[in-house]
Amino acid sequence: MTDIPTGVVTRGEPVEMLLNMGPQHPSTHGVFRMVLWVDGEKVTDVEPHIGYLHRGSEKLCEGEQFHQVITLFDRMDYLANFNNELVYCAAVEKLMGLTVPERAEYVRVILCELNRIASHLLFVATMGLDAGAMTPSMICFRGRERVQSLFEAVSGARMMHNYFRIGGLKEDLPDNFEEMVGELMPLLQADIEEADKLLTFNEIFLARLKGVAAISVEDALDFGLTGPCLRACGVDYDLRKADPYSVYDRFEFNVPTGLDGDCWDRHFVRVQEMYESMKIVEQALVQMPKGNVTSSLGRRLPRPPKGEVYVRAENPRGEIGVYLVCDGTDKPYRLKVRPPSFCNLSAIKHLLKDTWIADTVVVLGSLDIVLGEVDR
Amino acid sequence: MSLPIPLLSVSLITFFWIVAGLLAMFTALSVVVLSLTWLERKLLGRLQRRLGPTRTGPMGLMQPVADALKLILKEDIVPTSSEKAIFWIAPVLVVVPAFMIWVTIPGTENLVLKNLGDLGLFYIIAFSVVGILGLVLAGWGSANKYGTLGGLRAAAQLISYEIPVIMVVIAVAMLAQSLNMVEIVEKQGSYPYVLVFPLGLVIFFIAGLAEVGRTPFDIYFAESEIVGGPFVEYSGAHWSVFFLAEYINTFAVAALTVLLFLGGWSGPFLTGNWEIIWFLAKVYAVILVIFWIRGTFPRLRIDQLMAFAWKVMVPLSFYAIIITAVYLFYGWPPWTLTLMSLAGLLVVGYAIYRRFAGPASQAAQVRARYQALQSRSGQ
Repeated sequence: MTDIPTGVVTRGEPVEMLLNMGPQHPSTHGVFRMVLWVDGEKVTDVEPHIGYLHRGSEKLCEGEQFHQVITLFDRMDYLANFNNELVYCAAVEKLMGLTVPERAEYVRVILCELNRIASHLLFVATMGLDAGAMTPSMICFRGRERVQSLFEAVSGARMMHNYFRIGGLKEDLPDNFEEMVGELMPLLQADIEEADKLLTFNEIFLARLKGVAAISVEDALDFGLTGPCLRACGVDYDLRKADPYSVYDRFEFNVPTGLDGDCWDRHFVRVQEMYESMKIVEQALVQMPKGNVTSSLGRRLPRPPKGEVYVRAENPRGEIGVYLVCDGTDKPYRLKVRPPSFCNLSAIKHLLKDTWIADTVVVLGSLDIVLGEVDR
Repeated sequence: MSLPIPLLSVSLITFFWIVAGLLAMFTALSVVVLSLTWLERKLLGRLQRRLGPTRTGPMGLMQPVADALKLILKEDIVPTSSEKAIFWIAPVLVVVPAFMIWVTIPGTENLVLKNLGDLGLFYIIAFSVVGILGLVLAGWGSANKYGTLGGLRAAAQLISYEIPVIMVVIAVAMLAQSLNMVEIVEKQGSYPYVLVFPLGLVIFFIAGLAEVGRTPFDIYFAESEIVGGPFVEYSGAHWSVFFLAEYINTFAVAALTVLLFLGGWSGPFLTGNWEIIWFLAKVYAVILVIFWIRGTFPRLRIDQLMAFAWKVMVPLSFYAIIITAVYLFYGWPPWTLTLMSLAGLLVVGYAIYRRFAGPASQAAQVRARYQALQSRSGQ
């Protein structure tokens, strides 16, 4: 080989190698791409690249009627579909001044919390895979599959549900819903506990994650981290408590927090959140009233008045915000989403400074990004 | 001068028998590899409450055959920017030593291709190091950065863990007063060495896991980080050769564990060459433990791996040699060595582990802190 090997660049004294990770890398959780400057096994700098999954969702929303936008929200954070539907519907309802039937609110909360569990189960699965453990992923996927079977029974689809409507729901729950959830909960509890016991306090897992990519509270707030990533730093901030929406103020649950803000804390907080979500589901099932769930709009197209509204909610990945501008037609004039994954991902450069190559996948996994939401 | 293999004075008949023997070994090892892949898939499946392969043949028994066929029929891609000669020679360099080791590993007293006598253990250790070269060349020759990283990781890891392996093997050779595999097993007639020298078994097994790159030491082909390491550019038959070598090496580590510590083929009820059943049963038991570990643990990081090698395994293996030497010099009864081994395992192992590797104490610390946190938030 006569020519200089490509990709070896000199920045200052040590010879660094440019390592392109993604978008086809198995551990970048989709089509995220990082360019790493590595000095041996140490990462000295990182340059994130996003946009490989950009579908122009926000622009597409402007061309769809208000009901049709729900399907687009399903496809943003495709691991937390119900949560995404909820925040969009809440935004339009707030603008129109619609009140949602009591029962519909409870159904929404139950489905959202189950979706949170499913999403966090997938997080634990990929966290284990990133750290090299394969068994927890199987356990978690089994649990997630159980939740998704329930979703299928409710909405007809495993993932892209399109079940919430502006002002209510598409239809009432199936008759045996409570029995199904009653059967699901102990199984789900067992799955979560099994994965938790296998992974969380495993010595090797701790060695890989504890103290890796810790972020201080100030930095976390500066980067706009929300959700479990912020709570891992010890900040007790959860919109379900801090700014209750829907009927979240009627349930008793804790907001788990971490201590050090490192990868392990982010994992730990999510595992604890699953137990808390189960508490909420159980309470909601007891409190859920009978009655109508469909919208007072009936079959009419929603046509909100001229105006703008910002609504936020606690997604599994953090705080999602929807800024909606209406001009009085049956389509949104402008719709802007503040995606939690995108804001959390912005800290990656800060987090990955002076880590190991092996840590990059773990840190990225601990942020729990969904590229569909990052790129939109 | 009597060479172990008088190469220049081989008659045609002997030559024929050598070739036939090598072919038989090759076939037997291939069958073993097929059985191991099936066993691994099934066992991992059961650990994860899955069924594992079921569709190909009864209980999925033909799955390894289907896999092998698929791999051979696949297109063999050679990257254009790769160093062709190195790229082609690397799999050979990995797989040939893997087979060569088995020339002198005995199944029973007589069931061995060529008993190299006092060269046996030395030969095995010497050839087990050669495979590293193939991995480094594979990583470098494929002109892929992930491959290069993997190759260099492999070099660092395998050379580091070679030291504890050699040290423990020396200690066992001192106990048996021989490097002859058959003799080492015969010396364990009254009791297997695991009873007098458990420290050796632990060191050898852990270092052996690292040698063959099984979880938690699968650093150099870590799928989630460097996507297969040295093998990243290999496909089809070439990749299957690496795969073959990996499983043969795993089998060799298990076999050596059995031969050096678990009494080899000795066992009740069976005599003569039937003792191979005992040997295989023990080897497969060790293999199952290796697969079990794979189904349970995450992967270490490269710095932790090296720290564990140089700060824990190497000092422990030196300690193993010292206690063996003391035991032999003073001619103490065997149980003293057991005591010293166990004491070493407990005291030195725990102390070094706590001091340098740290995760155990960290786990306890973290657990305590979080329990305190939870009890606070629960109130």
